[in-house]
Amino acid sequence: MPMTEQATGAHHPQPRPRSGGHSAPEQVTGAQSLIRSLEEVGADTVFGIPGGAILPAYDPLMDSTRVRHVLVRHEQGAGHAATGYAQATGKVGVCMATSGPGATNLVTPIADAHMDSVPLVAITGQVASKAIGTDAFQEADIVGITMPITKHNFLVTKAEDIPRIIAQAFHIASTGRPGPVLVDIAKDALQAKTTFSWPPAMDLPGYRPVTKPHAKQIREAAKLITQARRPVLYVGGGVLKARATAELKVLAELTGAPVTTTLMALGAFPDNHPQHLGMPGMHGSVAAVTALQKADLIVALGARFDDRVTGKLDSFAPLAKIVHADIDPAEIGKNRAADVPIVGDAREVIADLIQAVQKEHGEGHQGDYGMWWNDLNRWRETYPLGYDQPHDGSLSPQQVIERIGRLAPEGTIFAAGVGQHQMWAAHFIEYDKPGTWLNSGGAGTMGYAVPAAMGAKAGAPERAVWAIDGDGCFQMTNQELTTCALNNIPIKVAVINNGALGMVRQWQTLFYNQRYSNTVLHSGPDDVNPQARGTRVPDFVKLSEAMGCYAIRCESPDDLDKVIEEANSINDRPVVVDFIVHEDAMVWPMVAAGTSNDEIMAARDVRPDFGDNEDD
Amino acid sequence: MSKHTLSVLVENTPGILARIAALFSRRGFNIDSLAVGVTEHPDISRITIVVGVEDLPLEQVTKQLNKLVNVLKIVELEPSQAVQRELVLVKVRADNETRSQIVEIVQLFRAKTVDVSPEAVTIEATGSGEKLSAMLKMLEPFGIKELVQSGTIAIGRGARSITDRSLRALDRSA
Repeated sequence: MPMTEQATGAHHPQPRPRSGGHSAPEQVTGAQSLIRSLEEVGADTVFGIPGGAILPAYDPLMDSTRVRHVLVRHEQGAGHAATGYAQATGKVGVCMATSGPGATNLVTPIADAHMDSVPLVAITGQVASKAIGTDAFQEADIVGITMPITKHNFLVTKAEDIPRIIAQAFHIASTGRPGPVLVDIAKDALQAKTTFSWPPAMDLPGYRPVTKPHAKQIREAAKLITQARRPVLYVGGGVLKARATAELKVLAELTGAPVTTTLMALGAFPDNHPQHLGMPGMHGSVAAVTALQKADLIVALGARFDDRVTGKLDSFAPLAKIVHADIDPAEIGKNRAADVPIVGDAREVIADLIQAVQKEHGEGHQGDYGMWWNDLNRWRETYPLGYDQPHDGSLSPQQVIERIGRLAPEGTIFAAGVGQHQMWAAHFIEYDKPGTWLNSGGAGTMGYAVPAAMGAKAGAPERAVWAIDGDGCFQMTNQELTTCALNNIPIKVAVINNGALGMVRQWQTLFYNQRYSNTVLHSGPDDVNPQARGTRVPDFVKLSEAMGCYAIRCESPDDLDKVIEEANSINDRPVVVDFIVHEDAMVWPMVAAGTSNDEIMAARDVRPDFGDNEDD
Repeated sequence: MSKHTLSVLVENTPGILARIAALFSRRGFNIDSLAVGVTEHPDISRITIVVGVEDLPLEQVTKQLNKLVNVLKIVELEPSQAVQRELVLVKVRADNETRSQIVEIVQLFRAKTVDVSPEAVTIEATGSGEKLSAMLKMLEPFGIKELVQSGTIAIGRGARSITDRSLRALDRSA
């Protein structure tokens, strides 16, 4: 079956062959066939590190004018860079590594991409096919290891299979619910002689993603929307992946229903839109969390009722009927039973919903959400997102992040690590466009920000890219700044340096009697070791300079804007700003793990008054 | 917990059994029995899985299995609409005194004696799980020396075949 005839979603990012027509068979090696396949499938950037088993592939890669290879410093960086590239461009991200440890270093970013449904193709070298299973040098069963964390994976032992499997890998990664696909290629398959022709016939009889929603379910959903009194559109990352943000805006404005966008969906609906309630979940806005709790209808679009959104599941949104639309049938009913299940691509679902709701309106059925908006506006006005300034004149991390967001040029991409700074970046930067917010949502991978920012900048060099990182995260993957400096990938990194593993420290403050076990990262004035007391180890400015970056330190609110503007003005090399911030700042609101969303705290010891007695 | 029999048609590719087994263990589903073999089409294998789950988790099992790229089709076979069989080979202690009693039980269950030695009889029996456990219960007093059982295999009753459409899909892609 030729590639173009696959019945899949037309709206998904599809790698487009650049040559257009069919190519006549060429005599090549397996390695040349691999590089030719990557060229044909439209992979313009590959992040990776060579090594023994993948070495044959790197020889023809050197001559390719269509595939740029970025030599990273750690395979984990290659994986996250490919993810950042994919999230910023909507195209398939590609990373490459050798067998054994090279491949196993990709495990974390592959798992990360799997959790966040990122289209990724990881290509690994494998020992020669005869040596597989013998515990050969640098052998690891990477297909076995990545089975539960990939959408699919392949072991290639014959050179003639390479074009077909590369085409299939890109097809699987980018269609349906996107995800990572690993292609493990034995060294002898790379070395063998074969012929290359394109496009190859794909052979995927068991892969048929459903993109077109069922008309009856759509009508049912539209009816519920117009009948509801307290509806919420609960928007997840699937809407961004389906490129359905324009449709979403139309649906939201047509219905007048409030919108909440999950951590994975920031940018899917403009933050400054009057119908936007903010983010739901453990650190969601009081208005968004409460709206879901009190709703009589939740319309979930490309969202998966993750535990970080629902809190304690059996007390989540107890009054709500659920319309659940997702391209992955297995997500529907997985955590919360759906009253109206809809399997389909979010863009097609929303487009059909618009028509169905218009029809309902035409028949005189219009939802009246006036009372609902009174409640929503009251919650929004009473409990806005906010923070206190430290009394000692030190920098507030929230303010740093807020100012970076305000001073950033139009279209800036933000990539966050994982922890407090991630939540603050979600809260205090305004996202208005898709593809402007990259983070590790499902897996919560510390160290994501720097390599993901690198990948985003490589894929969108015309746009500014700020990594918002913590000092804990930064120390996991900062080696990729060297890659950025040497490959003209001038990202900007804000290290929100509170000298601690801040989110863990926050939990210790709240739930472990302020016993700060192993969360102090650098030695403060009270360190037990007198030599270390008051040192700045590591010195991020010196470290960054050593890696070829321009580096600045900022310790006072008075310098804040000046430093950010300076960082914004430098575009010929990576910039790192070490923001020394107050260590006791906390992320609010918060729903403590394992408790009900009804127990949301707007700030420490402040439980909102939901007006429980008047509503239900 | 209720038992469900799933017939899973898969592409006959290396690693497919590992994918299915890994999926069950990762998602915390219990396999009661599993049997694999090729079908009338050499490129398609059929895996019969008996799982003990409630209806809702069963839907999850089916949906997660369906996501595996090499899985072509999944059908749940209702016991009333399907023929289900297991195979058992059992070695029972036997001497001159008990041998005839054992053979009588074998005949009663329409099983077969496939090996005889002075101290033991080996019996081959096929049937539903209930029939086989009834037979084993009867044999137990004589002393079961060794027992081996296959997983359940099952096929729907009537003229319809679950492989038809999958075969067409496979032919199209070939």
